[in-house]
This record gives sequence, structure tokens and C-alpha cells, in this order.
Amino acid sequence: MKQKITSSNAFYTFLSIIIGFVVGAVLLLIIGISPAEAYAKLFSGVFSKLRYVLYDIVYATPLIFTGLSVAFSFKTGVFNIGAEGQFVVGSLAACLVGIFVDLPAILHVPLCLLAAAAAGMLWSAMVGFLKVKRGINEVLSYIMFNWLAFYLSNYVVNIPAVHKEGGGEATKNVLDSARLRAPQFLRSICSDTNWGFLLAIACAVLVWFIIKKTTLGYQLRAVGHSRTAAEYGGISSNRIFIISMSISGALAGLGGAAQLLGPGARISQFAGQEGFGFQGITVALIASSHPVGCIFSGLFYGAMKYGGSKLTTIGVPNEVVNIIMGTIIFFIAISHVFRHILHKRKEAAA
Amino acid sequence: MSHLDPNTVVIRMTDIVKKFGDFTANDHINLTLHQGEVHAILGENGAGKSTLMNVLYGMYPPTSGTIEVNGKTVVIDHPQKAIDLGIGMVHQHFMLVQPFTVTENIVLGMEPMKGLSVNLKEARQKILALSERYNLKVDPDARIEDISVGMQQRVEILKVLYRGANILILDEPSASLTPQEITELMEIIKHLTADGKSVLLITHKLKEIKMAADNCTIIRRGKYIDTVHVGEKTEDDLAGMMVGREVSFSVEKQKQETGDTVLQVKDLHTSDYRGVEVLKGLSLHVKQGEIVGLAGVDGNGQSELVGILTGLHKASAGEVVLNGEAVTNLSPGALFEKGISNIPEDRQKHGLVLPFTVAENLILQNFSKTPFSKGGVLQNAAIRANATEQIEDFDIRPAGCEDRPAGTLSGGNQQKVIIAREVTNDKDLLIAFNPTRGLDVGAIEFVHKYLVQQRNKMRAILLVSFELDEIMSLSDRIDVIFDGKIVGEVKGEDADEYKLGLMMAGGAA
Repeated sequence: MKQKITSSNAFYTFLSIIIGFVVGAVLLLIIGISPAEAYAKLFSGVFSKLRYVLYDIVYATPLIFTGLSVAFSFKTGVFNIGAEGQFVVGSLAACLVGIFVDLPAILHVPLCLLAAAAAGMLWSAMVGFLKVKRGINEVLSYIMFNWLAFYLSNYVVNIPAVHKEGGGEATKNVLDSARLRAPQFLRSICSDTNWGFLLAIACAVLVWFIIKKTTLGYQLRAVGHSRTAAEYGGISSNRIFIISMSISGALAGLGGAAQLLGPGARISQFAGQEGFGFQGITVALIASSHPVGCIFSGLFYGAMKYGGSKLTTIGVPNEVVNIIMGTIIFFIAISHVFRHILHKRKEAAA
Repeated sequence: MSHLDPNTVVIRMTDIVKKFGDFTANDHINLTLHQGEVHAILGENGAGKSTLMNVLYGMYPPTSGTIEVNGKTVVIDHPQKAIDLGIGMVHQHFMLVQPFTVTENIVLGMEPMKGLSVNLKEARQKILALSERYNLKVDPDARIEDISVGMQQRVEILKVLYRGANILILDEPSASLTPQEITELMEIIKHLTADGKSVLLITHKLKEIKMAADNCTIIRRGKYIDTVHVGEKTEDDLAGMMVGREVSFSVEKQKQETGDTVLQVKDLHTSDYRGVEVLKGLSLHVKQGEIVGLAGVDGNGQSELVGILTGLHKASAGEVVLNGEAVTNLSPGALFEKGISNIPEDRQKHGLVLPFTVAENLILQNFSKTPFSKGGVLQNAAIRANATEQIEDFDIRPAGCEDRPAGTLSGGNQQKVIIAREVTNDKDLLIAFNPTRGLDVGAIEFVHKYLVQQRNKMRAILLVSFELDEIMSLSDRIDVIFDGKIVGEVKGEDADEYKLGLMMAGGAA
């Protein structure tokens, strides 16, 4: 039974991906570009060199974190649309610790990560408290907190002590001891290669373990599936909401740190939201909120982002990638509706 | 009105097959309805009764088979067509607009127009005439929100008659009625048939079939079993045909001495979610080794009382004492630890996390205790072993359903999962709220057996039920709740259905 449901999940996802590419092809045809040529370019841009593959991974790493963050919140029935803001404050916390604290790498990196996780956690937990204590819908406050994080980051970037000396709209670089950079032989192939990806995998496995194997996970899932039944069973759903949103925020915050300590090194002044958190929603949806699935859907999205960036070289607007991703999400969403209808019909028959 | 002739066939359904995918809900079912006949359709939940009626009413097209109405073969592909053919359906859940008057509800969807305004005068006259003719005693000017459930049902019947129905389908019509209202309903059915109307009565209540029906068609797991003359069969015969084996109705219960007082509720007050006071100083007690039945019509404060006893609702005044200790307004988890377990009213909303597996549901209150978890990590072997044991002990079907989502089980088996969990929890006080609602005879027998078994183990049981038969057959003592207070108490063996019914309706004992 269980096997059947998960396999059909994968089936619908796969189908949606194909449809996404078909819709993308139609749009390319309309604007007079050969889909075959564009997709060939996309494909070769993703896979044809080791360097490209390493870049795919670099692009995927922050998305796996935010994907995990959103997926984790989904398990408790909360929609963490605030991963964007938690990512930003995580990045900011890691940046400040990376600049101002001088420690050996073995301590400095964990401290930066810890600061980032704590910042993301705090950012999300505040929304949790508003939800639990004041009944404010988390989607509203998450979106507001995204903007708070955005302007907070821009403010901090421009504090003289933080700001890079001699021009540039960015902070100083974090100290080398705080960086997550991969060994030289990998960086000689792709200079942005970093340990963040392994950290993301570790987090995915940890999240899977928490959800599936611990009593905390049991409570998270119980509240997510049926708040009333969970309460009846003696689980305090308010407590679980706070815990779930905190962990979700910590994961997004870690993503911000991984991006900063890996390829970033500094925070630039934002002109607009970067979208790592929002893209995490897509990653979680494609993975059906499965933590290990987030690794693969994160890699998929990362590869599409990286490969898509090369489309401009043959005159294809790289927005086509966003259209494809959007279509995929659209059809994944519709597949749930379809399944729901099928399910209802079967129930009606029973 | 046509001349009454009991030999006239008004409906003949032949070899009706209805499949949903691989599932056959109706497997070659035959049904013949004569003019002036009350024909009961008897079957367990999920036997295919509703599917058959929905086929007749044009909700689903049949996979194969034919339907004849008044001797002509017809295709009924839409409810409007059924209505045009004189078939009317009274649904189990009433479909009435609460702030509208009876007349407004009845004409809804076919308002008589006079220019641009609705001409209710004429409709009102017609409704009055119909009401008198069938002795329905409905006030056409009353608002739905002000009238009783029994009256609301009569409005539904009027609605169908107003649309010219000669064939009435009544789907579980007695589900929310008091005994008096049920008797009245049976009288109304007699008036209808005397006037040449035919009635299809869907039910799993044998008593009502004996009271009202001429013939009875029995369906079991989608298959046609038999059509019998009700007069020639006993209730036990019918039950046996419905479930396919012998069923015992009487609950075996030895007299026994009660022990210490386990639950004491004193002068409890509370309001519902709208802020209306629904408990107005309710007091009761339950001792070890007794089943106390709380009889009453839905909506007199039972939900809030059980809510307070299980921590899901807060009392505004009064006290709850368990084993001598005040436990008023504790959390659900704390009340469970103090010794209260509960078979909840709504098994899908409160009793089970439907997407969770059976094994996971069986540890809903105990997931953090040994042996089910160690150091915060779930112990799957122990959780599964517990499930295997209880699935076997409590005959939860299908066998080997440990890893199936609870939502995929039938209603009766979902209830068995809850019973298994709560009985195994083995707390001092067990509260059972409508524990057999919507269950078929076999499952009811099972639930009753375990309630009595817990009583015999000297546990205290509070049975809250809207089924008076259930209260009367199980309780050692019966309290009647009306308007948020206990209005009377009788011993189980002295219980009289009519006296209880009067008290439940707020009359003097």
C-alpha cells in the first residue's frame, strides 16, 4: 500500500517535469527558437564537463537547505514561506562571526554555522510565537519577516565597521578560517567548490531521522496530519508548532551560512530578494517534502539554474528555466488535485 | 391520486451492477417496489445500500442492469429526472436553510413567480394542505432554526411531496430522532402508504423495520441476499441474514457490587464556542465496576462535558474530581496520566491520525514511553509487535494491517483500533462517546462486549450515547441530560424507553 503511494508520487513528479519541458519547448517555438538547440545547450551546460557538474552542486547546495527547511515545516502543516528571510539572517550572522571573531578554522566554522542556525531559528520562532500566542497566520508574518531581514541585512552591510573599505556595496570578506572551501585540487577545477554540499546531505539525513525515527518526529507528523487527534492524544500542538518552525528556521539559516562560507565570502547590498528561500519551496514540492528527495530536487533545480545561465549565450532568455520550473510546480499541484478526486471516488464506492 | 393497488409494481430494478474501478459496490441486485409498500433495504455499512439508492436517484449511472418505473424502462442519469419520474429522496443529513421559514425552504429552487416577485401565498396553501393530508403537523411560517429535529425531517418529507413524489427514499431517517419522534415518523409513513405512496427505507435498525416495513431486501457486501416478508422473520433472523452469521443482541451482564467513586463531577458550568452557556450546573458520579449511561438528545451539553473530562474544553465553573483528586481543566495529556481514557465521539477527527499507520495510531498516547521509545528514538520492533498483538486480540481487519494507514480501514475496524488502544490503556475511567455510531451489528456487538468486560474488571465507565437502546442495554445506572443539566436518574433495570424519552425531551419524569 505504502509502496504504491510513494511510487505514484514519483510518477506524478516525473510526469510534471516532462510536461514542464514540453511547455517550455512550446514557448521557445513561439518566440522562434529551436527547442532542440536550447535544450541541447542546457543539457551540455549541465553535464558536459566535470567543472559544470561541480558548479551544479555549488548552485544546488543552498537550495537543498531551504528545500529541507520548507519540507520540514510542511510536515507539521506549517508553510514556511519565510525561509528567504531566515536564509538572509543566517547568512548575516555567519558573516559577522566570520569577520569579527578570530579563531582556528576547526572552531571558527562551527561557530559561524551555529550562529547562523541560531539566527534562522530565532527569526522563525518569533513568527511561531505570533502564531501560537496571538493567532496570527504564519504566512503573513513570514512574508513581513522576509522584508525585515532584507532591510536589516542592507543596514548592517552599510555599517562602517562591517562595510568593505574602499568602495563596493558589500561587507568585508569573512576570515579564511571561517571558509568552507574544498581542497585545492577541486577548486582548481571549479573555484567555488565547498563543503556545504556534504553538510546539506548530512542535514537531509538528520532531518529524515528526526521525522521518521524519533518521538519528536512522531509528534510533528501527528500535528501535521491531524491537529485535533494529536491534541486528543496529549500532544500540545502549540509547542510542536514552535519547535517545528524553529528547526525549519535553523535549516534555512544554515543554508545562508553555507552559501556565505562557501562561494560567497561576503554579503552584498541587496537590490531585491535573492529568492533562495522561495526556490526552496519549489525544491520541497518536487521532493514531496521527503528530506532525502530534497537532495535530488535541489540538485535538479541547481543544475537548471546553472545550465539556464548559459542559455543567453545562444540568445535564449534564461527566464525559460523559471517558466519550466513554474510549470512543473503547477502540474505537481494539479496532480494532487487529480489524486484527491480519484481517491474520493474510490471512497464513495466503498 | 391513483387507486391503491398493492399489485402494481412502481419500481423494478433488475440485475443492477455498479463498479467503481475494481470494486463492485452492487453485484446483480434486484429490487421490486409495489404501490403502497414500505420496503426496507437492510445491510451493514458499506454493503451497498446507498450506492443502490444513488443509482435509482440518478446520482451514479449503473454499470449494467435495468430500471423500470411504472412499467417503463427508463434511464435515470440525473436527480432531476428522478424527480420528474416521481422519485424523491430524504437525505440523512437535512439540507435546509436555517434562517428561512418552512415555506421558503420547501419552494427553494422552484419558487412560484408572480411577475418578478415570489408568490409564497399559494405555496403556503399547498403546503398546509399537504401537511394536513399526511398529518405532518408542520407550521409553514416557522423558521427552521426554531423547530425540532423531528419537525425538520417532516419538512424534508414535505419538500419531496411538494415536488410531486410518489416514491420516497428515506435514508437512515431515524438517526437523530428521539423515541417519540421515531414513533411519529412511523405513523407518518403509514399515512403516506395509505394514500398510495411507496417508501424505500434505508436502515440498519431492525426494530424500525419490524415496526414499519412490509418487505425487506437484504444486501451483504454488495450482493443481493434475499427479499423477505418482514412479518415472517424475527429480528434475529434479519440480523443473521445481514451479517451472514448468528448475532447475539442481549448483552450478557452479571450484577455486581460497585466499588469506590472514581469520577465525581460537581456543578459544572461552561459555554460553547459561541459563548452560549451549555452546561448549567451539571453533577454526576461514576463508581468502580459500573457503567453509567448518559442519555440525551444531541446538543444538550454532552460534547462539552466529555470535552472537559478529556481536557479539550475548559470549564468556567465547577469541579472534576478523579479518585479524590481535583483535575479540573488539566491538559489532555495530564488527564490521561491521571487515569482517564476516552473513546471519542468523532473517531476520524479525534480518535485517529488517519494517514498514520495502524501501528502508529495504537501508541498515540504512549509513543514516548518504554518500550515504544528509548532516548527519544522510536523503537519500531516494539511498536510493531504491539500492533500485531492487538490486531490479533481485537480482530482488526484486514489481518496484517500494521503498516496500513488507518484511514484505509473500514469504519468498524477504525473503531476497533481505538477500542483496542483505549481498553489496553486500562485506565480507571473509560469514557465512551457514541462508541457504536455508524457501526454495523457485528461491530456493535464487539464494542459492547469490551465495554462490559472493562466494567467487570471494576473499571468505571461513562457511556454517552444518542442511541437509547444502547444506553438501556448496557447501563447499570442512567442519567438523563437535558439543557446542560442532569434531569433524572434511573437504575438500568428499571429503565423505560418512554419515560426516558420524555425526560430527554425536557418533560417531567
